[in-house]
Amino acid sequence: MNRTNSTIEIQDVCCMFGSQKVLWNLNLNISAGETVAIVGESGCGKSVTMKVMMQLLSQTSGTLQWFGKDVRLMTPDERRRQRLKLGYLFQGAALFDSLTIYENVAFGLRQNNEVSENSIRETVLTRLSEVGLSADIVNKRPSEISGGMQKRVGLARALALGPEVMFYDEPTTGLDPVNSRRIDDLIHSVKEAHGVTGIIVTHDLRTVQRVADRIVMLYPRSKLADEDSQVVFDGTLDELASSDDPRIREYIGDELHVSSQHQVKRPQLENTGRIAG
Amino acid sequence: MATTISNPITTIGRLTQEFFCGFGGLAVFSLRMLAGMRRGLPKRHTIVPILYEVGVRSVPVVLVTGTFIGMVMAVQTYNQFKMMHMESRLGAIITMTLVSELGPVLAATMLAGRVGSAMAAELGTMRVTEQVHAISALGADPVNYLVVPRFLACVTLIPLLTAIADSVGILAGWLFSWQVLGINSQHYWMYAEQFVTGWDVVAGLVKSVFFGCAIAIIACRQGFHCGAGAEGVGRAATQSFVYSFIAILGLDFLLTVVLNTTYYLIWPQAMSLAVTGWCR
Repeated sequence: MNRTNSTIEIQDVCCMFGSQKVLWNLNLNISAGETVAIVGESGCGKSVTMKVMMQLLSQTSGTLQWFGKDVRLMTPDERRRQRLKLGYLFQGAALFDSLTIYENVAFGLRQNNEVSENSIRETVLTRLSEVGLSADIVNKRPSEISGGMQKRVGLARALALGPEVMFYDEPTTGLDPVNSRRIDDLIHSVKEAHGVTGIIVTHDLRTVQRVADRIVMLYPRSKLADEDSQVVFDGTLDELASSDDPRIREYIGDELHVSSQHQVKRPQLENTGRIAG
Repeated sequence: MATTISNPITTIGRLTQEFFCGFGGLAVFSLRMLAGMRRGLPKRHTIVPILYEVGVRSVPVVLVTGTFIGMVMAVQTYNQFKMMHMESRLGAIITMTLVSELGPVLAATMLAGRVGSAMAAELGTMRVTEQVHAISALGADPVNYLVVPRFLACVTLIPLLTAIADSVGILAGWLFSWQVLGINSQHYWMYAEQFVTGWDVVAGLVKSVFFGCAIAIIACRQGFHCGAGAEGVGRAATQSFVYSFIAILGLDFLLTVVLNTTYYLIWPQAMSLAVTGWCR
């Protein structure tokens, strides 16, 4: 697969917690505009990989590049500016519970830009509207809205800074099927409307089917020999579904075989970026 | 046999290592905070709620603490002073003890419990729910956003709260001595004024500045490095109080030695004057 125009690239990355090897010589390259799903059983290092990519965790060794430049060679200010091109939707939304919904979405804008409050307000309301939330909730606290709405506010907050790459950490975990589908649609709409590169960590194969262009499957380091790569699969959905690798077959079971024969309908977008229908 | 001998040695070694690692971690955390302060002071809408939480909401606790310290001091010292026929000097001992020692230490201890533990629990909860990571992900520095305003609030308001505790304690001691123990009100204030110098007041407030620093840094660091889940948050809050209390006692000892030495270096005649004054 041709990997030109790289946005995020990790080379020989190792990450250890104490003596436990979570990532070992991991290599991964994310191209601009694609949506990559990282899958694998619990404990294989999916979330750690994403946090290392975002530099929320530091790797023990190896190289990470953002937009073609080694992160370690960046000045703190440059790193901070580059990081603003990366958005992150946390598994539990991670909304600031002492702030209102409005303040949550406005947080990044207030911290990083010297823009007027009117401009911030316009951006906040636009982003909330894009994720299907009305202005009525802006004065509520995160605890006063549902889990699905919290995820959408989290997405609006990440999008407020206009990222080029979005990380989604288990975006549909803990949500009912309706809200899961809504979040999937939003991930797709974010890509279509803003051309955002997406990296999704998920266990939900339906989400993978609905939004991913490319799938990367990781395997726990503890179950591999030293010379084996931790990436046991890197390809398309069809290639995943037709793989004979027993580790992949064990993970996906029969679900993907059946489902992949029926193309999942992806949401159509209006010009505003909102999801139609 | 080897096991029984090696176990205590191992334990001592481990505890020593943990102590120095913790101390080093605290130093690194303090430097990160100072670096954060260099990048800019917190915005008004960030620091005002924290000032309110640390300052205004701590006033009742400080009032109660100060009141009871003053009255207990009066009760405890009255009998001893009466045996030496020095009960009229109660104002001196109560005021001196409160402004230079008990006021700062007990106010700081109460605030380590009320403010420090709350900070550790709040930051710990933010950490386990990934809110701290979210701040980083949104391009802000968590230390600058969360720690610096709390540090500034503690450093500025804990001395102020200590001054309130001292004042209330002195007033409560006076009221109790005058109304219950029958001490002459004029004597109470006269001896208080005679024996307590500006240096004592300043020394007490200097101590409280250091206690404020210690409480804020320890509480924020415990919160930032708390373990997973509710248990981790609970432990962070408890450890914050315990470590702060130890730091307050240790700092109190060090500062007392340093400040007393400084005082007698500047005013060598003060020692003999003080003894003469008490015996007069």
